[in-house]
Amino acid sequence: MITLNVNGQPREVDADPATPLLYVLRDHLELNGTRFGCGLGQCGACTVMVDGEAVFSCITPISVLQNRRVRTIEGLGTSENPGLLQRAFIDEQAAQCGYCIPGMIMRAQALLEKKPAATDADIRDTLSPHLCRCGAHMRILRAVGRALRAAQSAPTADAEGRDR
Amino acid sequence: MGALRGQSWKYAAAPTRGAAIVVVVAALWALGWQPALAATVSLPGAAFDPAAVEKGAQLAAIGNCKSCHTAPNGKPYAGGRALSTPFGTIYGSNITPDPESGIGNWSQAEFMRAMREGVDRRGRHIYPAFPYDHYTRVNAEDVDAIYAFLMTREPVRAAPPPNELAFPFNIRSLVGIWKLLYFHAGPLQPNAAENEQWNRGAYLVEGLAHCGACHTPRNFLGAEIKSRAFNGGQAEGWQTPALDASSAASSPWTVERLYAYLRQGIDDVHDVTAGPMAPIVHDLSRVSADDVRAIATYVASFGAGQTPRPTSQNAATELPASGRGAAIYAGACASCHDLGREVHGGALKLSLSTAVAMPQPDNLIRIVRQGIVPAAGESGPWMPAFAGVLTDAQLTDLAIYLRTRFGERAAWDDLAGAIEKIAPNPSTP
Amino acid sequence: MNDAPLTAALSRRQFLVGGGALIVSFSLMAPSLRAQENNRNAAAAPAKRPLPGSLKDEPMLDAWIRIDSAGNITVFTGKAELGQGIKTALIQIAAEELSVDISRIALITADTQLTPNEGYTAGSHSMQDSGTAIKHAAAQVGEILAGLAAQRFGVAADGLTMQNGAVCAADGRCAGYGELVGDEQLHVRARETSTLKDPRSYVTVGKSVPRVDIPRKVTGGASYVQDLRLPGMVHARVLRPPSPGARLVALDTATANQLPGVIKIIRDGNFVAVVAAREFQAVTAMRALARTASWQERPTLPAQDDIYALILRSPAQDTAILDVHNPAPAAVRTLEATYRRPYQMHGSIGPACAVALYKDEGLTVWTHTQGVYPLRKAIAEMLRMPAEQVRCIHMEGAGCYGHNAADDAGGDAALIARALPDRPVRVQWMREDEHLWEPYGPAMVSKVAASLDSDGLISDWQYHVWSNTHSMRPGPAGNLLAAQQLATPFAPAPPMPIPQPEGGGDRNAIPLYKFRNARVVHHFVPGMPLRVSALRALGAYMNIFSIECFIDELARAAGSDAVDFRLRHMDDARARDVMRAAAERFVWSAWQAQKGRGRGFAFARYKNLGAYAAVACEVEVEHESGRVRVVRAAAAVDSGQAVNPDGIRNQIEGGIVQSLSWSLYESVTFDATRITSRDWAHYPILRFSAVPERIEVHVIDRPGQPFLGTGEAAHGPTAGALANAIADATGVRMRELPFTAKRVKAAIGV
Ligand code: FES
Ligand code: FES
Repeated sequence: MITLNVNGQPREVDADPATPLLYVLRDHLELNGTRFGCGLGQCGACTVMVDGEAVFSCITPISVLQNRRVRTIEGLGTSENPGLLQRAFIDEQAAQCGYCIPGMIMRAQALLEKKPAATDADIRDTLSPHLCRCGAHMRILRAVGRALRAAQSAPTADAEGRDR
Repeated sequence: MGALRGQSWKYAAAPTRGAAIVVVVAALWALGWQPALAATVSLPGAAFDPAAVEKGAQLAAIGNCKSCHTAPNGKPYAGGRALSTPFGTIYGSNITPDPESGIGNWSQAEFMRAMREGVDRRGRHIYPAFPYDHYTRVNAEDVDAIYAFLMTREPVRAAPPPNELAFPFNIRSLVGIWKLLYFHAGPLQPNAAENEQWNRGAYLVEGLAHCGACHTPRNFLGAEIKSRAFNGGQAEGWQTPALDASSAASSPWTVERLYAYLRQGIDDVHDVTAGPMAPIVHDLSRVSADDVRAIATYVASFGAGQTPRPTSQNAATELPASGRGAAIYAGACASCHDLGREVHGGALKLSLSTAVAMPQPDNLIRIVRQGIVPAAGESGPWMPAFAGVLTDAQLTDLAIYLRTRFGERAAWDDLAGAIEKIAPNPSTP
Repeated sequence: MNDAPLTAALSRRQFLVGGGALIVSFSLMAPSLRAQENNRNAAAAPAKRPLPGSLKDEPMLDAWIRIDSAGNITVFTGKAELGQGIKTALIQIAAEELSVDISRIALITADTQLTPNEGYTAGSHSMQDSGTAIKHAAAQVGEILAGLAAQRFGVAADGLTMQNGAVCAADGRCAGYGELVGDEQLHVRARETSTLKDPRSYVTVGKSVPRVDIPRKVTGGASYVQDLRLPGMVHARVLRPPSPGARLVALDTATANQLPGVIKIIRDGNFVAVVAAREFQAVTAMRALARTASWQERPTLPAQDDIYALILRSPAQDTAILDVHNPAPAAVRTLEATYRRPYQMHGSIGPACAVALYKDEGLTVWTHTQGVYPLRKAIAEMLRMPAEQVRCIHMEGAGCYGHNAADDAGGDAALIARALPDRPVRVQWMREDEHLWEPYGPAMVSKVAASLDSDGLISDWQYHVWSNTHSMRPGPAGNLLAAQQLATPFAPAPPMPIPQPEGGGDRNAIPLYKFRNARVVHHFVPGMPLRVSALRALGAYMNIFSIECFIDELARAAGSDAVDFRLRHMDDARARDVMRAAAERFVWSAWQAQKGRGRGFAFARYKNLGAYAAVACEVEVEHESGRVRVVRAAAAVDSGQAVNPDGIRNQIEGGIVQSLSWSLYESVTFDATRITSRDWAHYPILRFSAVPERIEVHVIDRPGQPFLGTGEAAHGPTAGALANAIADATGVRMRELPFTAKRVKAAIGV
């Protein structure tokens, strides 16, 4: 048994310590938003936050996660009560199939927490580890920009997310 | 002109000794000056023979001029790239033919003098971050071809920031002394005992390609220690592997293996390019096969006598960290590195890796943290960055495991110190 | 397309109707309906035989729309949501004609037990087929509701209004739709004519209604087949061969069998799968199997550098699809060119996945296929089961862009589930397998020659295109990968061309421009050295690219502006409008030439039947590296009646970006034996760093006009505009896709 801290909750997991976090989140903890895209750290679909940094969960074995905090898209909000970035993605209709989106939101969340004054160029740079095959890029960039601006104008808003 | 690979001075610094030399400098200040050459008119691009321009393009690729003379996301050859040295920061100069900020007003003779004597158009010494100690070996015809190539580039108006050098290194005339001590002008004498290909390789490696600038250790004044040529050095914070018989490679490099590595950036029984070597291999892909083979021939000849990697007795000792590292390896690395897949879509078996066997852990740390990504839109070897995945303590455990298990050597001294020193720098494709 | 619609209708009936359905006959309904016809919001659109859209294949209204006694409205479509936003658009259409808020409507998508058989969700057909059917079905249901209300209130139907889910009389009496229909079904055959709402009175259609699926997708709600978790579900992985011709000669299952969680290892010929309790256990076991498997590989692939020559020298079936002869002035100049397009992949971000359950001799497969009915047929044939015992239910996957590995994963799941009865089995492909085994978009070659007369007009146009098939979709079992790998394999169906007017390799090979003499020949090449099938836009991507490049070359030769030159050859008013609008958005007329920069323009009407789209773009070419940066793009699109303008914009933006990625970077690579582009590192696609600064899309709405499919409209024009912009920037014409930095650099020289 390994205990993980996911979205502020301790979660006991019975899995081989070599299991990538991605599979534990999806298969054991039944969280949907973290997505399998390549398993090779090439596409970003599986991105979550670990101790405030965006990481690829497909290459992160749970053995390295003792005493560390994992955040997934489910930790940012719900469809009834979406978080700041989620709201911005809805407002900008920034998705086609939507499969790539949660990973991008998680990396954008890390950016928002570290560098809320990020420029458009920073946003492009930050999102470069992520692939979107549908071509929703323009909207995604707009959505992240919108969320960052909102976070700056209302710094007390939920830029830090809900579970911290 | 700006600097090439000047960052490799990093561990050679000894500023106090540098200051002492100031005294000597005063006496020799006159050495700091050379006459300006007669003013010349800049030549229109059309005046250059297209064959010379093409030849110059290949030579500029062998010299990897673009790396130091292009700022990140900047216009090619327009300069502005910051190169940090122990003596301060030097900025790559603009070598596009812009008359004001570039070399548009430079005559062929002025360019020749800069390349081969390290003196700029106004007669001032050039800081040896620009490796004229190598370029002095380049023949006149080749320098002219490079000139033809550069003069036919798109002129870009862009002045690099002034160099930020600490006293006394900001005194340019000091370079004159440096030259007296370390600069030996003139061509390389061919070695009659070797064949033409080897000699061509020697001409390129010792000259334009300036491989020694990174792969040879430097002394406290930043000069290559010729007695230890190709014994391994530094570049941009990376350790450059030794190319001589002391190479940490798992098996001796052959001409064919080196050729493949220099062409594709990967050789399936040795290594994958990473760090500052990546743009060099990228440039070499547009160089003629003959020249790359010549380089491979010459460089492979240094390794003569190298034996396959020795197995260390210490390696078998099971350290506790090694056990923890093994678990990390199993989860984070094994799925790619143990599959034994091939060049395409594969990952190197780490028993073949040089980074785990080198005397310093820097390269391994950097590769694990930053990953390896091909240039945007291009195909190539890939490794994801583990910067946020592993804590420093976990990276230490992993490195110890990789070192002892795959490098078959005793753990590095002060690994934790090296890990702390190298700032995490997640790369993005 | 329509395998066994009758059986399908029966099984739907059995499944849904407990009995006591009110079978409303035409004769019963007709009088009251006829009475209303003049009164329902004017604008009667007299439809002609056959029935509109997919109603012609499934004419019963209750196959499309059901209303229960509580007034809940359920709409059925045989089409699938592929990320194109179709759910929202179809709900909008139904809500509009039924005069309810969109929140009142539930939509059921492709399911062989519940929905009509609408074949594949492909070719930008969804709005044309399903949207049209739902629109008319909803309108006719509305008429029936009005008729029932008129009976109940004892008033003439013409005084009734429909509002917010109720039919109301002038005196204020209202009856909810649920009350009117009770528990009865609207089991009525659709009529040819529907009384449709006047587009001027639309409140929902034509509005950029936010998509219904997005909030769930951005918050981690279950959205895809990948997220399906059934009680007792187990996980499978397939061990695929390393190369197309490989044969499994030895496999040691002992080690893998010992691994934790492993439930079963299945082998049938070259098909090997492992089932485990947990997903990662299945992955681990599959890798363990991979280490013990020994494959005999054969060099079955052609030389990559020879691929275009091979296509040209392969046996082909030639069809002249256009032959026009008219007197024309003498030619003063003749140009010719050859264009090439490599194999390219769908590259869905989410590898293919399916869940299957075999229970009581029935098989259910949850799949992100584009065609539940054809997949059912293929699986039934592969498993030698009657089709009625197989049910395929569509669930979303990641964007698919054509016939990717979704069906193959469905086939895998079916095979594995049958070997493990009573347990739901989930199988997902690995990235490397998807890159290797998904059917690619075929490599193609086109050759074109044209003459200009002394007025600078095209007097003669000769176009030839060589291509493999663009559809190897299931239906036949042999088109499923697993079926080909069994010990007793199913052979793939013989490749067939898709006939005009839609066409496959020759899709959009006929230019919409008017030339006095023109001949277009499709050289259909049956021999397929690599596994290929439908990739978004099929041959249209290549044909539009070729045509629009060559038009540009001709315009340059004639000394004409690229937009003017096109307009001079175009009679279609809507095409002209789209071109003008795109040029205006781009501010084409105010272009200032700048070194290293170029602009390009291109146009097409997708399939010559679908949406009209024109794209203009500006590029910057870095001379030293050959790297092309797309600075901006402007597009205009006419999709007929725009149901959801933002949805259309999203599709066009996405199409532009995807086509830029295809056109700048993408080609499948291979050696004699293996596919070498097996991951994203070796099949690079566009990343954020290379996305244009801006893309503007102008939607030309055509209220009341038929819906025109949009999903594939931008791909061809984008490739053409890009190539033309590169030519403008560099003075060099690139005729082979993709325009990688290396190729551009080689073309422009030092
Ligand atoms: S699934 Fe982890 S990066 Fe692609
Ligand atoms: S929206 Fe489909 S992959 Fe990004």
